Amino acid sequence: MLEGSVAFIFYIIAFAMILAAIGVATLKNIFHAALLLVLTLFCVAALYILLSAEFLAAVQVLIYVGAVSVLLIFAVMLTAQLTNYNIKQSNEQSLPALLIAVCFIVVVIFAIVTNLKVGGFPLAENPEVGGSNTAEIGKLLMRDFILPFEVVSILLLAALIGAIVIAKKDE
Amino acid sequence: MQVGFTHFLALAAILFGIGLYGVLTRRNAIGILMCVELMFNAVNINFITFAKFITPDKLIGQVFAIFVIVIAAAEATVGLAIVILIYRNFRDVFVDKMNIMKW
Repeated sequence: MLEGSVAFIFYIIAFAMILAAIGVATLKNIFHAALLLVLTLFCVAALYILLSAEFLAAVQVLIYVGAVSVLLIFAVMLTAQLTNYNIKQSNEQSLPALLIAVCFIVVVIFAIVTNLKVGGFPLAENPEVGGSNTAEIGKLLMRDFILPFEVVSILLLAALIGAIVIAKKDE
Repeated sequence: MQVGFTHFLALAAILFGIGLYGVLTRRNAIGILMCVELMFNAVNINFITFAKFITPDKLIGQVFAIFVIVIAAAEATVGLAIVILIYRNFRDVFVDKMNIMKW
């Protein structure tokens, strides 16, 4: 449980994150949407810190904010006609899509609350384990999860080579 | 004012719902990829919330979130390469105009 000022910080982050995410999903200018995506990802990193996952917050900022969003902004710059505001950016399904999204959110929150009431989650007694856990994550990655670690490295290599092969010009 | 387990899960659900709405309504392929990233992040928040509140002494949830981040990065790379290729062929990135495989 977070209390007092930390809870207040949570609400600020949550508010900023939801507003920015709505901007990502709805803004007409795709470049502004990409910039708001950066803000959303920063807010997610802040949430990780509140959840005492400092290493993941750093990874989030490095990979998402540093790499993925730069890639997305590059793609936007290369393709979108940013100056033409007459292009429609959403299709005709916005009403059914809104219905689906709202239904999804309501059902999931309802499920969480009811499951919590009947004790469906085996919550730990004391979730506050202080201190840095970066070294522990490193040990886990290099001992218990060494096989998935290597597989994911090969996947990354394959994705890199695949992206180059797909995007290069044919001779 | 207390913030706990439920708040984080509800926030992740809302983020996922917004991403879902974006995926269903965006016409621009890059916009769709951005909304998919939102959904990935919602899932990661869930992983870390469960890891903190259910098994605070183990870090497996966080390791899993790292794998999700890596795979999301790979997905973004390949997806954007495909978008660039489509743009080169069609001069367009709007998914409702990509219908040559429909009949």
